[in-house]
Amino acid sequence: MPRDLIRIVLPLVLASGLALAADQRRSGFEFMSSSTQQMQQEDALNPGMLWVAEGEALWNEAPAGAQSCAGCHGDAPAGMRGVAARYPAFDEHRKKPVDLQQRINSCRETRQQQPAFAAESRALLGLSSYIGLQSRGLPVAPPDDPRLQPARLRGAALFNAPMGQLNFSCAQCHTDNPGRRLAGSPIPQAHPTGYPIYRLEWQAMGSLQRRLRNCMTGVRAEPYPYGADEMVELELYLNTRAASMPVETPGVRP
Amino acid sequence: MNRLDVTRRSALIGGMGAAVSLLVLRPVAYASPTELAGAIAAFTGNQPAQRGRVTLDLSPLVENGNSVSVTVRADSPMTPEHHVRAIALFTEQNPQPNVITVQLGPRAGRAFVNTRMRLATSQKVIAVAGFSDGTFWSDQVEVIVTLAACIE
Amino acid sequence: MVRALINCPKTAKKGEVIEIKTLISHVMETGYRADSVGKVVPRDILRRFTCRYAGEQVFSADLYPAIAANPFISFTTVATASGTLSFTWDGDNGFTQTETVAIIVT
Repeated sequence: MPRDLIRIVLPLVLASGLALAADQRRSGFEFMSSSTQQMQQEDALNPGMLWVAEGEALWNEAPAGAQSCAGCHGDAPAGMRGVAARYPAFDEHRKKPVDLQQRINSCRETRQQQPAFAAESRALLGLSSYIGLQSRGLPVAPPDDPRLQPARLRGAALFNAPMGQLNFSCAQCHTDNPGRRLAGSPIPQAHPTGYPIYRLEWQAMGSLQRRLRNCMTGVRAEPYPYGADEMVELELYLNTRAASMPVETPGVRP
Repeated sequence: MNRLDVTRRSALIGGMGAAVSLLVLRPVAYASPTELAGAIAAFTGNQPAQRGRVTLDLSPLVENGNSVSVTVRADSPMTPEHHVRAIALFTEQNPQPNVITVQLGPRAGRAFVNTRMRLATSQKVIAVAGFSDGTFWSDQVEVIVTLAACIE
Repeated sequence: MVRALINCPKTAKKGEVIEIKTLISHVMETGYRADSVGKVVPRDILRRFTCRYAGEQVFSADLYPAIAANPFISFTTVATASGTLSFTWDGDNGFTQTETVAIIVT
């Protein structure tokens, strides 16, 4: 359908630098109350910084018989600057796109010879928050890698496909109706600029995948499992759609 | 329940202005207005808490009841002669009326506390401050709590 | 030991009122929630917070289940002399943790 084609092609065209109109994109930050915004903006108020502290400790901790992250990558503010902004990226070994969490676990298993961290574990969220913080303020920069294109297009198709018992696509809420209210809460545009986020609803830190599972529950669809290819493809597409918007990690959201 | 009756009776006898004004005649989800009155009475030692001298800063519209920023300030020079000894926060419809009770003194410099609380539903939040002269002063805010969409 | 963050000025002028912001990682399980099979999740909260300045208590608070998870408490104190500020949280299930920061007062 031409409308779907525009939805898929237009963000890709925008991402390639051809701005067709004034940037209408707004971060989820702008849809929050001022008090929640303040919670994100001030590090002393941001509960996400507790996970960042966890990540910083892990970054410097050497597991038995192996180097710490710092041992290979050095000081995170220098070594990890801009890294989170470039994920998901194509992984040479797995021959597919991986998100930052999968990359951390790859290092964990192959370089540190340790078992992978569990999805949504304190350790994994801590490390991805700490690494994500090193991209804060930098533009979301999905890699210009042609090997990512098939996954990107699959992600776009997922975003536009109606799903669940309510039969809504992501686009129907987030592209067609942002700013309007769903059960009293404003619908944001779905730019994942702040992940991992401290979601007030969870009273804890969580990944984009956790939030996407909530979205799918919202339309009464069976959520994709953590680590599913669809999750990474969606993230890849969403980051293309959000390209050049500033990273806000660690974000706070209602 | 006997406990509720005794509290109500002592509240009426004590002539607590604040408690009487807070008794509401609608069904509540969990705690009763009498439990709220009892909690405030326990804090003030059955003294009345008048409106004034205390400012409760709380958004009247809250987007998630799990974490709501709340600030209480009281008008006091915080000297050894004139200071705020304690500040307490209460809710009308949470399962329990107490939220936080803070002990201060001249070393605090300012009668101030900022924390984040939970609100089970739309309701009144009341702040009471106890001054070194033995008086109690209060403020209250009526808050509407909305729910998040697309949750687990 | 859980993660705790203290935001406190490192230096201050004598007599200056300084603002301290504290965050600690804690679920603050209210005791009112039920799990997916309807079993009540037992209460597990922080109950007491104390700030001591060179050993003397300058601020304290009794916390109840209505305090949000990962408790945030901000308060003020008068910078009297250089020394150590200690922050102690006590709670259910024998929880106790103390963090300290140094302050230089000129």
